[in-house]
Amino acid sequence: MQPFDYAAPPTLEEALQILSQASGLVRPIAGGTDLIAQIKERRIAPSLVLNVKEIAEANVLDYDPGQGLRIGAAVSCSDVASYAPVAAHYPSLAQACLLVGSTQIQNRGSVGGNVCNAAPSADTVPPLLTYDAVAVIAGPGGSRRVPLEDFFQGPGKTALQPQELLIEVLLPPPLPNSNSRYLRFIPREEMDIAVAGVGSMVAVDPQTNTCTRARIALASVAPTPIRAKEAERRLEGSPLTEEAIREAGELAASACSPISDIRGSAAYRKELVKVLTRRTLSQSLPR
Amino acid sequence: MTGNGQGNGRNDSVGTSYVKVDAWERVTGRAEYAADVRTPNALHAKVLRSPHPHAIIKSIDVSRAEQLSGVKAIITSKDFPSMDELKDSFGGELMVNARDLRRMVLADDKVLFDGHGVAAVAATSLEIAEAALDLITVEYEILPVINSTADALKPDAPLLHPDVYTKTLKETPDKPSNLASYVESGWGDVDKGFAEAAVIVERSFDSMMVHQGYLEPQACTARWDNEVCTVWTSTQGTFNGQRMVSTLLQVPLHQVNFVPTEIGGGFGGKIYTLVEPIAMLLARKAGRPVKFVMDRSEVFRATGPGSPQQSTVKVGARKDGTIVAAQGSLVMDAGAFPGAPVAGASMVTFGPYKMEHFKLEAYDVVTNKPRVQAYRAPGGTPAAFGVEVVMDEIAEKLGMDPLEFRKINAVSEGDPSTNGRPLPKVGLKEVLGQVEGSPHWNAPLEGENRGRGLALGFWNGAVAMSSATINVNVDGTVEVVSGHVDLTGTRTTMTQMAADMLQLPPERVSARVTDTASGTYTDVTGGSRTVYTQSQAIYNACESVLNEMKALAADQLKLNEDDIEYADGAFSAKGNPETTLSWDELAGRSRTRGNGPISGYGTSGRLKGAPAFAAHLADVEVDPDTGKVKILRYTCFQDVGKAINPAMVEGQIQGGAVQGLGWALSEYYHYEDGKLRNPTLLDYRMLTALDLPMIDTEIVEVPADDSPYGARGVGEVPIIPPAAAVESAIYRAVGVRMTQLPMTPERVFWALHDDGSEQ
Repeated sequence: MQPFDYAAPPTLEEALQILSQASGLVRPIAGGTDLIAQIKERRIAPSLVLNVKEIAEANVLDYDPGQGLRIGAAVSCSDVASYAPVAAHYPSLAQACLLVGSTQIQNRGSVGGNVCNAAPSADTVPPLLTYDAVAVIAGPGGSRRVPLEDFFQGPGKTALQPQELLIEVLLPPPLPNSNSRYLRFIPREEMDIAVAGVGSMVAVDPQTNTCTRARIALASVAPTPIRAKEAERRLEGSPLTEEAIREAGELAASACSPISDIRGSAAYRKELVKVLTRRTLSQSLPR
Repeated sequence: MTGNGQGNGRNDSVGTSYVKVDAWERVTGRAEYAADVRTPNALHAKVLRSPHPHAIIKSIDVSRAEQLSGVKAIITSKDFPSMDELKDSFGGELMVNARDLRRMVLADDKVLFDGHGVAAVAATSLEIAEAALDLITVEYEILPVINSTADALKPDAPLLHPDVYTKTLKETPDKPSNLASYVESGWGDVDKGFAEAAVIVERSFDSMMVHQGYLEPQACTARWDNEVCTVWTSTQGTFNGQRMVSTLLQVPLHQVNFVPTEIGGGFGGKIYTLVEPIAMLLARKAGRPVKFVMDRSEVFRATGPGSPQQSTVKVGARKDGTIVAAQGSLVMDAGAFPGAPVAGASMVTFGPYKMEHFKLEAYDVVTNKPRVQAYRAPGGTPAAFGVEVVMDEIAEKLGMDPLEFRKINAVSEGDPSTNGRPLPKVGLKEVLGQVEGSPHWNAPLEGENRGRGLALGFWNGAVAMSSATINVNVDGTVEVVSGHVDLTGTRTTMTQMAADMLQLPPERVSARVTDTASGTYTDVTGGSRTVYTQSQAIYNACESVLNEMKALAADQLKLNEDDIEYADGAFSAKGNPETTLSWDELAGRSRTRGNGPISGYGTSGRLKGAPAFAAHLADVEVDPDTGKVKILRYTCFQDVGKAINPAMVEGQIQGGAVQGLGWALSEYYHYEDGKLRNPTLLDYRMLTALDLPMIDTEIVEVPADDSPYGARGVGEVPIIPPAAAVESAIYRAVGVRMTQLPMTPERVFWALHDDGSEQ
């Protein structure tokens, strides 16, 4: 491994100060499950690695029925998955957190890191997108909020500026009568990266039984995680019939632009998106 | 020689699941593997590897790297002794020409695969060694890539080697070729046979390069003390390794000591000395010990994977189900140098079947991939895949149950084996009987998209050299010393067998694997033969020990040797059990009153082969929407002759089946224009515990003709049937025939939804 400087500031202010004075490539580290591998494989060579785990704001995990869910950037996938309000109100997020890597990876790797790594295949991202999550970013001029949908700019590329840090991810309170599901396809049962992943969230009006809001987000089928908005629109205002769900699957598949690579061909990935969209929608009908 | 199937013991040490003698060290992390070896002052080695699959090396400039502080030695192929001296060929399991092995270690004038070693550096730290690699400049002239055997065999294909001419039994061709050899075997007249057949099935099959997937990467440390080099290494064969480096470096055998460490898996892939010559040369040049530990990517790119195969199988049967003709063609990919396992594959293919007419052709073809090594039943899995799938289809076409069809055609003692020689006593019929009566075969399989498949496997069993020395200590305890590297419990079975033969409790016996300087010579541990041949060596050594002990007892009891009998740790006068001396008393007197320390030596001599057969049953469920195959239930039935240690036999069968299932479903080398895209355990997908059900085993014991217990080799057979068993199960589940390995979800999906859009 190439040598690098390391800092573990105890406060956000100190972290921002270090960032403002740093030259060269800086990489924040929480669990390090992506970063360390990238350094070892010489895919990146940071001059400074900045540990964010000592920062109080990065360790918040809190749910408020009026405010929603706050996930500090350093909170591990395991902690998020085992936080009771997450399983109760954001089920697909808990499911995704338990799919990332392996148990060991989930214990170390953070949801914030999964977001910042900006892999198209990031499992926690589709659930976050379906809940209209917002990234809270701290920088030299104070903090700013970026809808997660606008956060991803390409594989490994985000809206973060060099002197900025992701501090937390905010999820608004879930809609009443809503439910969600995340499924990903891998050839094995664990220790793998999604060939395709789909998160769905639907809310229905119990009186009319029509869909009031639908969110469908896709992993591993475009340069960034994406929403399948036409598929969402097909469902909103309609009853969630088998036919509607099937059509949503087709629309989701036409929304994606997958590549053919070692994990699967583009054509196969589109087929998987259809199947996973149908399955996640059927399984996220409100309980 | 021996009475087979008996041994001579009485204390039940054999046939019980005695706890592995090295279990504690293994599970507590204390076992010392090659990468754990610490030698004061050792340097760390790294190898510069070619990014090009096929290129001429025009120049290598190491001058900048040499100037880096901490770099102590750099070698290229020029640091080896001249190749002209290397005329040896290593036969048997080794299957490699010395000159080729030398060029596998470090490329000479040409790189022949992605990852081919070009130069090696020894430095005071791994980081410095890595940095030094970046400072070496290699000028390449890129050549066209031979990606596959099909590429290689095109008439105008670029040649990998100007000096490889196709070897056949007939005349030598006048032009060099990428076809290194061609072998043909069989009997009768297949055309005549097919003319008599009521049903004929012919299909072509394809498979891809796979890796053995041992957990422990290759690693070694070499240290020179004056003229003698000690090499601590992870190897399947210390003596064979010693001989290989002795040839490559032109050092006499007695100046090389190979010390085996614990080994973290080999499966045939740790026979060639791919790391040792590098560490030895660097250590000699630097004047300091050198440690070389491969990383995982190097293991995938530059060791010796398992050979891929393109096969065509044609079988004809009569209405009554008897096979009248069988024909096969196996085109095998050797990688960069000749030596695909054509012999193993030819032997395995059609092994379980009686055939009136039989013809098999096998081709050894070079391509721009790493040179293959043995991988558990070398060549057997893809060869049997084609044969068993075709047999399943023939049975279906005849309207016959696949087990019934196998029973009709199963070979037994006296039938010709695929090599034409009559089979000794074998247990295939007993294995099929066991399947027929098993809970799995008789359990109904219900539910949509589910199916059950049956497939057979055959392995002839190797018979290379084994030996052991047995020493009796003055307290009566016993030490078994052997050069046999312990891959799968050799120390434990040696302990059990010696205890049984000497009629002592196994706790009074310990077995050690020693280095080449102090151990007894053995060939590699491999080929499903170690227990088989080593049981004979131990038997002979024990016999010698018992004879010495009897002589001493006779002397001490003042009787004739013929009047002494031995049982359960006591030497007594025949007919007068009161006149007796215990084993321990006698051992205590051995160094002062007898002819000196009691010690016996035995070798395995020449044994017949002990062929082994297996049948596997797989239940699967296919997700038709994704193509994913889930294994619901899996049972292996195998004739092991005699299970010396049933738990270890079961473990070895399970391990083989799991490797075969990985080959069946998910493991393959993903090459894009000669570059390996998945040299990681993330993307080279070996199955995990979550992907598998419990692998059930049913052990059948039909003792082999030869050896003290009639124990047959266990290791290779279980990797042979899984791919075909799973394919037949998939076919019964969803009605599509899969002819390519691995049967990935995507391939199964497109087979089910074939609309011509497969990318």
